[in-house]
Amino acid sequence: MESVGDLERDLEGMREYYSQGKTKEASWRKSQLKGLLTLLKEKEEDIFKALKQDLGKHHVEAFRDEIGTLTKSLNNALGSLKEWMSGRKAILPKIAVLSTAEIVPEPLGLVLIFSSWNYPFGLSLEPLIGAIAAGNTVVLKLSELAPACASLLANTIPNFVDNKAVKVFQGGPTVAEQLLQQKWDKIFFTGSARTGRLVLSAAAKHLTPVTLELGGKCPAVVDSLSSSFDRKAAVKRIVVGKYGACAGQACIAIDYILAERKNISTLVEMMKVIIKEMFGGNPIESHSIARIINKQHFLRLKNLLEDPNVKASIVYGGSLDEDHLFIEPTILVDPPLEAAIMTEEIFGPLLPIISLEKIEDSIQFLNSRPKPLAIYCFTKNKSLERRMISETSSGGVVFNDAIIQYAADSLPFGGVGESGVGRYHGKFSFDTFSHEKAITRRSFLTDFWFRYPPWNAHKWQLLECAYNSDYLGLLLVILGLKKPRRGSYQPAYSH
Amino acid sequence: MESITFQLLRDYSAVGFGANRAFSYRFTRKSNQTRVSFPKLIRTSSGFKSCSATLSLMVEVEEKPKFDADKTALLVKEVRKSFNSGKTRSYEWRVSQLKSIEKMVEEKEMEITEALHKDLSKPAFEAFISEISQVKSSCKLALKELSSWMIPEKVKTSLTTYPSSAEIVSEPLGVVLVISTWNFPFLLSLDPVIGAISAGNAVVLKPSEIAPATSLLLSNLVQEYLDNSAIRVVEGAVDETTALLAQKWDKILYTGSARVARIVMAAAAKHLTPVILELGGKCPAVVDSNIDLQVAVRRIIAGKWACNNGQACIGVDYIITTNAFAPKLIHSLRHELEQFFGKDPMKSKDISRIVSSSHFARLVKLLDEENVSDKVVFGGQRDENQLKIAPTILLDVPEDSQIMQEEIFGPLMPIHTVEKLEDSFEVINSKQKPLAAYLFTNDELLKKDFVQNISSGGMLINDTVVHVATEGLPFGGVGESGMGSYHGKFSFDAFSHKKAVLYRSFAGDASIRYPPYSPEKQRLLKALISGNIISIILALIGWSRD
Repeated sequence: MESVGDLERDLEGMREYYSQGKTKEASWRKSQLKGLLTLLKEKEEDIFKALKQDLGKHHVEAFRDEIGTLTKSLNNALGSLKEWMSGRKAILPKIAVLSTAEIVPEPLGLVLIFSSWNYPFGLSLEPLIGAIAAGNTVVLKLSELAPACASLLANTIPNFVDNKAVKVFQGGPTVAEQLLQQKWDKIFFTGSARTGRLVLSAAAKHLTPVTLELGGKCPAVVDSLSSSFDRKAAVKRIVVGKYGACAGQACIAIDYILAERKNISTLVEMMKVIIKEMFGGNPIESHSIARIINKQHFLRLKNLLEDPNVKASIVYGGSLDEDHLFIEPTILVDPPLEAAIMTEEIFGPLLPIISLEKIEDSIQFLNSRPKPLAIYCFTKNKSLERRMISETSSGGVVFNDAIIQYAADSLPFGGVGESGVGRYHGKFSFDTFSHEKAITRRSFLTDFWFRYPPWNAHKWQLLECAYNSDYLGLLLVILGLKKPRRGSYQPAYSH
Repeated sequence: MESITFQLLRDYSAVGFGANRAFSYRFTRKSNQTRVSFPKLIRTSSGFKSCSATLSLMVEVEEKPKFDADKTALLVKEVRKSFNSGKTRSYEWRVSQLKSIEKMVEEKEMEITEALHKDLSKPAFEAFISEISQVKSSCKLALKELSSWMIPEKVKTSLTTYPSSAEIVSEPLGVVLVISTWNFPFLLSLDPVIGAISAGNAVVLKPSEIAPATSLLLSNLVQEYLDNSAIRVVEGAVDETTALLAQKWDKILYTGSARVARIVMAAAAKHLTPVILELGGKCPAVVDSNIDLQVAVRRIIAGKWACNNGQACIGVDYIITTNAFAPKLIHSLRHELEQFFGKDPMKSKDISRIVSSSHFARLVKLLDEENVSDKVVFGGQRDENQLKIAPTILLDVPEDSQIMQEEIFGPLMPIHTVEKLEDSFEVINSKQKPLAAYLFTNDELLKKDFVQNISSGGMLINDTVVHVATEGLPFGGVGESGMGSYHGKFSFDAFSHKKAVLYRSFAGDASIRYPPYSPEKQRLLKALISGNIISIILALIGWSRD
């Protein structure tokens, strides 16, 4: 990292560049987005390699979750930019004749994005797309925990986008701390709730608005499904929504399952079959599943399993390979609810199943815990569906699937409560990095004398008519045909 | 989600509640109780200007019974229990509370006007226009639109998640806190509360102790008219606010100064609570020469002196005009001011007084600064006993004087002259982003440039202040003038969580999503993401060009 003085000079340069107005131009925004598209296309192989190196991510998984999703987002942004940038008209009451009102989005200025290591490309570029589309200058701070990806991004981004407007920083806590000392017009952070609190309190110093993309324990509520076809589809989606999402290291990965006691053994048996089908008999040799990011996280996960009561609840998997930082897909049934594995976000390939008497009990179970980023509910029961929406709270709800909401541009992606503040994706990304400026235009022609002092009862009556949109009354009072009801009204206190 | 693992900011551990007295330098009472304190945050914040407008936390308070912080915790617990019971979520409950507010305003108009007169000598008229009628119309709009606001918004889904359907559901956030202020103490308390109720939240309101009559009235009225299991008022000053801020809220809406806003936001950070900050700033009015001068000047007066005597966050703070036009403008301002408030404005009943002696002293200090006091071209009279300051115009005070640095929030109007009107952009942009920016002109090009080059919460061309009453527009600041917005539907949105709901069926499952991964799957995935039907078909039959 450069010195603080250099950093401040850099940022000043970026602000200066912003004030020249270049980044506000639609053509500039478009060319930057196209630059990112080219980057993804030209560097695809390098990206696969870096993800393999940092996380052991299979390249098809990498394409599905990062390059492919980003390509889709970029195309969507390029296609919609003009519409997003145009203001929208607001409706005015009739009394406001010869006035117009509109809401015009404008960029915020200089914004800071902290990304995360689990989807190092997706979680860096997805917010960057929004920030650029909205016309901001951007500093992107990459996670040092995925070093190959970070260095690839830091080295390539400047070649594909305007490096006067977009700067990329690598580095650890010290760099983050230095960046947080500076004044930003918006901070967008992806990471843990603990760090989120620090970001938010640092932002308070400069009154900087913040978007926090956190996580939480995202449950999958699995109802009894009568058709075997449905059951199989559900189990596939659960298995891929856990182990197939960066080995569970995803903020929207399934954290645990809630199911009725009577269904659990069938569920476990089906999961075992599907896991074998997808990841092979010896998953350590499988290339279809990612590894744990680093030793520290590996040990954290290992620790979760150390608790004897937790260990006893393992019904499948549970083997750990410390040298390769690999953890086998693991299923646990009813570990103690007060154990760490059920109180903190797991963020790894361990999947506890909690048994309930009735599936409806899941609502109370969820409401007694912090609000998660997503609730997944596998059911065909409409009443459960309705209750799940109206009686629980979470960033989002997905019925009969998992993870794929991330790719739906028309839905806001973001948490509530402990799972985050603010939202993005698609147009929401653009909005997140824009200020909606309210503009009213008036003409000099209509000016109602009753707006101004000195006050009298007549003016009062007129104003009251105006505010009640009582245009007939207004006319009558003006013509002297209606007596002001406040004619005799003198406040008791007047002196 | 785990990520950056930096251990940062021992400094910010001050986010806790220490014995330090950060915002108590004018606080005369001795107290053993804890206060919010962020000395470090405050000291290091550069470029920060106090908007003493709404520093509701720094007045002298009388000796009161010792405040019990545990009581606050208990109160919040009760309110949360009520929210958890689900009663506030129903459409019926929301409507019944909104109707009660409407009824309350209708029945107690006299008491409200009286309280506002006690606190601010606010003319009954002004109280009606700017507070009572605004609350009424907010209620009316919410009652009319609520059912449509509550309907989930259907959204399209793409091929990537096919087949599926999706909607965005507005759900209440939970228990929210509204901290309001003294300048429009009735409106700025109830307007956010209306939004919070519309969205189905339980709400605690803390009115400003600087407008004590209104604060007391609000407390009584809420008790009398509204469901007290879910809507409560906590009166008080620093101790009470501190105790409230220590609680966990699902949203905080604060109206006031940028300085206290920092304290609120830092306290909210502890619980990851989102905040809406409605602050102020120096709202400029740029005046061109090609205009209908009388209309413009009347509108400027309406947005300054007839608007709580300048004590408004959207009031005109200063004027920018050309050297050549300034004399004409001043002449017209004097003339119209006399029309409005008479030859001796100190005797006029149509103008509010200054809220408190500390604010009076602050304004007098601004006025008496060296190189400022000799720039007064109109007005300048003051009466400390009555807390009155006459409408005052100053011409070309030094840019570095305090009056051009901090939000004035009173009846003083500096006029800043420039060579060309375009130079005004630089003057405005050299300061923090204001809550509103006003421009009077008939020059279309200038209007366009103004909109493009000036960043502010809102913008109004050829008028002042009235944009606030436009329900279709969001009201809120940017940068130092605040974050988040409300009014009308925006209030409902401000207190709602927009929950993304995606429905999938079990059919239509493409195996390409699942491992084991193969080159065929990758090709198909690519085709699917590109959304190109031809490529999808080619990939499916194995003829992909890739």
